[in-house]
Amino acid sequence: MDQIILQILNGLDKGSAYALIALGLTLIFGTLGVVNFAHGALFMLGAFCTVTLSRILTLSHTVIDESRKDFLGNPLKVDVPYVYDWFGESTGAAIIDWAVPLSIIFAIPVMIAIGVAMERGLVKHFYKRPHADQILVTFGLAIVLQEIIKYYFGANQIPAPAPEAFIGSFDFGALIGFDAGAIIYPYWRIVYFCFAMILIGAVFAFLQFTTFGMVVRAGMADRETVQLLGINIDRRFTLMFGIAAAVAGLAGVMYTPINSPNYHMGMDFLVISFVVVVVGGMGSLPGAVLAGFVLGILESFASMRQVIEFLPGINQVVIYLAAIVILLTRPRGLMGRKGVMED
Amino acid sequence: MLGLNKSDTRLLLIVVALVAAAPIILNPFPEGSGLAQFNAGYPDLMQRFVIFGIFAIGFNILFGLTGYLSFGHAAFLGAGSYAGMWMMKLLSINVIPAIIFSTLIAGVISVLIGFISLRRSGIYFSILTLAFAQMAFSLAASVLTPITGGETGLQTNLNDPRIFPEFLGGGSSIDGNIPKPSLFGIEMTASYQLPIGGWEWTFNWGYYICGVVMILAFYMAIRIFRSPFGLMLKAVKSNQQRMNYTGLNARPYMLACFVISGMYAGLAGGLMAAMDPQVGAERMQWTASGEVVLMTILGGVGTLIGPVLGAGLIKYFENIFSKINSNLLHEWFAFLPDGLEDFLVTIIYPFIGKGWHLTLGLMFMAVIIFLPGGLVEGGKRISRAIRRPKEATAADGKTNPAE
Repeated sequence: MDQIILQILNGLDKGSAYALIALGLTLIFGTLGVVNFAHGALFMLGAFCTVTLSRILTLSHTVIDESRKDFLGNPLKVDVPYVYDWFGESTGAAIIDWAVPLSIIFAIPVMIAIGVAMERGLVKHFYKRPHADQILVTFGLAIVLQEIIKYYFGANQIPAPAPEAFIGSFDFGALIGFDAGAIIYPYWRIVYFCFAMILIGAVFAFLQFTTFGMVVRAGMADRETVQLLGINIDRRFTLMFGIAAAVAGLAGVMYTPINSPNYHMGMDFLVISFVVVVVGGMGSLPGAVLAGFVLGILESFASMRQVIEFLPGINQVVIYLAAIVILLTRPRGLMGRKGVMED
Repeated sequence: MLGLNKSDTRLLLIVVALVAAAPIILNPFPEGSGLAQFNAGYPDLMQRFVIFGIFAIGFNILFGLTGYLSFGHAAFLGAGSYAGMWMMKLLSINVIPAIIFSTLIAGVISVLIGFISLRRSGIYFSILTLAFAQMAFSLAASVLTPITGGETGLQTNLNDPRIFPEFLGGGSSIDGNIPKPSLFGIEMTASYQLPIGGWEWTFNWGYYICGVVMILAFYMAIRIFRSPFGLMLKAVKSNQQRMNYTGLNARPYMLACFVISGMYAGLAGGLMAAMDPQVGAERMQWTASGEVVLMTILGGVGTLIGPVLGAGLIKYFENIFSKINSNLLHEWFAFLPDGLEDFLVTIIYPFIGKGWHLTLGLMFMAVIIFLPGGLVEGGKRISRAIRRPKEATAADGKTNPAE
């Protein structure tokens, strides 16, 4: 029993990442009808927003500390970050420690700007072209973004630790009546899951309860009629692209403590999140979220020792296997609607 | 000739001539000169040109004719490589059984994958093939280790049990060395060096074997493009529904096309194993599938010669452009004033050397945006622009039929 709960918990954090990326992909597909292969790159860009911010925060100047000596007896040179000067030492240290959560504030405008620029500059010209062309051009864009990041940040992984308060693990089993140490779960993964739930909830609430969201939903259902009513739907869809980019970016920001960012992390996630979108049903937002969590949990169950002994290698392929089975039995995916991508 | 019309025959002859003369054409700069590093006429790279040419021709038969974008073709390439390696380990070091067996195995696997994937079309087909290829990659790297060698890959060994070691002049391991893949007793790495003046041309046995195979593959592709079967596949691309309404079932044609395409990939994989007897699972990764997509699109989808051009271009970039470093750039721009020199080098540097992928990505995007027909269309547009001034006077007064 404790094993099962543990695997479900393990699946949740990966599932949240899948769900967030797939949500953004589906938003873009549902509004603009574009299959965006550069979405993984947006996830990666978000992660590198964190790296950039933590580099900015740790920008330092050298101070000669007379009170301490180095091994030659000269006064020690110490690098002091500027934030120490501005906010005092303890606040400054706290700011640097909390770089990852702070990057959320930094990443939202950056990612929306990148998303809007991408839509206006490139994707706009591909609405009338076949889906294959859209896939290919965004695939090319993904390569370009990846290489730019590689040029500036190098090819190695760059660690971005979580704030100290969240390092360590939480004994979840003790809380619900199991032996102590039976179910241990890192704090940051709980944070990630909660963050993902809040973000998903926010996106749905935005679409459901605001006028803007209502217009966007109307546009998704019937674009032409909305245009005939005199609403500039293109502008709203452009902003939706920006929001989708921000969702992917935030997923990347918060994922950095779990997996140190490197330039090809986007591609690794992209393949799986496409599988997630297709399993959930093209164009269905709840489907994308559901499929993200289902596949994440499925993956963590398949990596249990007992399962691997029984079916070796299943942990590597279970997602693809599930995708194949679902696509063949339910061609529209779990919650796909009729008439979306039927060709 | 050979059942081809005049222009196709000319195209085939051009390809034959290019393949035969490649060691000379690709080495235009004398040895030791500053530009010698742009020479691509060394055996390893030339083999890669033709092998990836075969791979791209095969991919183009599927994507160019039917419009089905497969993102999992590397699985067949990898399967072919593994199959070829096993033939060389178990049967004989001779490359012929290896190549034949790799093609067959890739064919069998593509029947299985194609049968399932082709139930869906459009993006679903892309995702399904991608899923299968990723599965193949993960399995090859982990569970199938007894067959694939896992992470370390598969090599020929001294104590491989070869049943027919002497078959068709295959080498044996009597002298205590690991035998190298060979045909008619000549090893794949055997080359004939021909120094003329400052030039040094290398005629490599392995390259010419690959070249002959590629010409055969190219000929087959022309025949498929011009056959009623090819016409049927083009009908699938233009409107599958209309085809169904006329009472034709598209699926057998599609499956045949998918299998042919997979066998081309397997053939390329087998050749790759024969030229360089080691295989790793990374050959099946989806980036490798993406690479063949890039090649085909860059060269020109649906054209005969395009994929070969694209394959050559990408491999040239990968091997030649990536070798340029900043010192070399400084040498080239040394004639400029210092400030300007540094400025130019700073600007160009991100795009070359290790950053060649960036150039490739930008080029690829430019081709998709401005030239959907690839380099071949670009060439056609240029030649039309040159020819038009002459034709404009001749065609005056002639009415064009309405399309």
